[in-house]
Amino acid sequence: MKTASTFRELEPEGARVRVRFSGQDLMLREGGNLAAELLAAGVTPFRRTPVSGAPRAPFCMMGACFDCLVEIDGVTRQACMCEVGAGMEIAMPAAGRDGDA
Amino acid sequence: MREADLVILGAGPAGMAAARTAAEAGLAVVLLDEQPRAGGQIYRDVERAGESRAAILGADYLKGAELVRDLPHPNIRHLTGATAWQVEEGRRVAFTLDGEAELLEGRRLLIATGALERPMPIPGWTLPGVITAGAAQILLKQSGIVCEGAVLAGCGPLLYLVAAQMCRAGTPPLALVETQTFSDGLAALRHIGGALRGWRALAKGLGLLAELRRAGVRRYTAASELAVDGASRAQALRFTAGGRTHCIDCSTVLLHHGVVPNTQVARSIGVPHRWDDAQRAFLPERDLWGRAAGLETVFIAGDGGGIGGAGAAALSGRLAALAIACDLGRLSPGERDRAARPLQAALSRELAVRPFLDRAYPPFAGALLPGDDTLVCRCEEVTAGDIRRYASIGCLGPNQTKAFGRVGMGPCQGRYCGLTVTELLADANGRTQDETGYYRIRPPLKPVTLGELAALAASQSKETTE
Ligand SMILES: Cc1cc2nc3c(=O)[nH]c(=O)nc-3n(C[C@H](O)[C@H](O)[C@H](O)COP(=O)(O)OP(=O)(O)OC[C@H]3O[C@@H](n4cnc5c(N)ncnc54)[C@H](O)[C@@H]3O)c2cc1C
Ligand code: FES
Repeated sequence: MKTASTFRELEPEGARVRVRFSGQDLMLREGGNLAAELLAAGVTPFRRTPVSGAPRAPFCMMGACFDCLVEIDGVTRQACMCEVGAGMEIAMPAAGRDGDA
Repeated sequence: MREADLVILGAGPAGMAAARTAAEAGLAVVLLDEQPRAGGQIYRDVERAGESRAAILGADYLKGAELVRDLPHPNIRHLTGATAWQVEEGRRVAFTLDGEAELLEGRRLLIATGALERPMPIPGWTLPGVITAGAAQILLKQSGIVCEGAVLAGCGPLLYLVAAQMCRAGTPPLALVETQTFSDGLAALRHIGGALRGWRALAKGLGLLAELRRAGVRRYTAASELAVDGASRAQALRFTAGGRTHCIDCSTVLLHHGVVPNTQVARSIGVPHRWDDAQRAFLPERDLWGRAAGLETVFIAGDGGGIGGAGAAALSGRLAALAIACDLGRLSPGERDRAARPLQAALSRELAVRPFLDRAYPPFAGALLPGDDTLVCRCEEVTAGDIRRYASIGCLGPNQTKAFGRVGMGPCQGRYCGLTVTELLADANGRTQDETGYYRIRPPLKPVTLGELAALAASQSKETTE
């Protein structure tokens, strides 16, 4: 799921913190946009659709499409609307749940 | 519950300009935006852009810094990270902030929630690695992240801007695959008078094209039959142009064919909408000040009321603020009109170039009426063929489609399928878009968790016992 990223950081300096995505440790820029930082770290997909299990990743980056949904510390949220915090435990949303709670 | 004279939804150019004008007229303003910082889509994170990012993004982006700098005012409270999910009685807004739901009541409400990129359903558009051109720009503005090995596909000025910004950042796109045709260009010439009045926008467009030429970016025009190939992520863009089929290997595809008003909030409170053929979208009905038809307390400004660009958005925000200040007795009608006159003149200059742009860069026909196998509703995975099948068994409007296939009922609430479903049904049934209509939008506009609601219930019961 983690591959060489096609999203490159122009200014890679800055403090990094450890987060876990699907059991993998990642070092992301603290306070950065979570979806952007996961993309830069090579994460894809972010989730699978509840209907067909198709892989999905961010599409709009502005909170409208909901394709960046992830489960952060047990709560389903839009990664593009969150900031990176140290120690975040991130998982792909459980199958059959799409966050329209 | 918090209270204010004016509640503004959205801190883009429209919302920021309105807030400042209203505050200067003496109104207590609460400005609410789900983003962590002011700016909206165009001026996203402009305050934090360092010198190198600013050089990539260009002078027009930096104009936003002025609006953001002007925002602090004793009469303005800017709530950041606040997502509005319900509006009641045209004045009470329920929103979530820091994991807790809250209520806010204003004597007037200004909806300044901006635009969305027009959905561009082509085969493969849901694959990871396919993002909107605006999303690529947000990655650059907000995070200083560029996409490598990308192809841009679609049409319109924003496509050129994003391509030029990618060149400046040292990651030029592999190609620009444009869908507008030579005859679109010819037809647009009819509106050249207006375009010349808005010559700044035109000159900027020509400058961007020259920049792309210098950078050696390959361009294809009149492209059709666009499709993204790939199993688990985007690997290539296929298309037809100049009578030949092309296939460009790439790792990201950036789609864009214009922006459309984000009408979710206005629709949820029953503002009537009308189809606009030139913008090929529904626009909320409002008067020249932006007041919503039939709703005395509600105003709409910026791209959410019709696409006009950032300059027009700020001007329409100021005009709405003047009308609101007059409503609430802070300005006399004479003072309002005097202050409005130069703004209205500037607004008509800003809008002059629009008919030319709308005609020169019409949305890609193949994505307005996609092929049967193409997914239309990303959330519930409903295809264009499904929608046509619903039409063939008597389905006339988008709301009826929900009963057949949950289309538009996923978390995005139809934001990225609504217009396509209207177009498909209108086409299949031989009816107009107005006759066909749009989804009924119901709160919550964004998902709210039980935990967030519990906080609201607790604070409400505290208020009533106090
Ligand atoms: C992705 C994207 C990129 C663009 N880039 C450019 C560009 O580079 N150059 C250009 O000329 N034009 C660009 N445009 C067009 C440009 O957005 C508009 O012309 C201009 O920003 C309109 O300003 P506005 O104030 O109406 O809305 P916006 O700037 O879109 O601001 C709307 C604000 O409302 C907020 N909002 C929406 N819904 C809610 C809610 N429910 N709760 C809380 N807050 C909410 C949003 O977070 C946003 O900050 C872009 C459009 C998009 C969609
Ligand atoms: S990427 Fe669209 S909602 Fe996050």
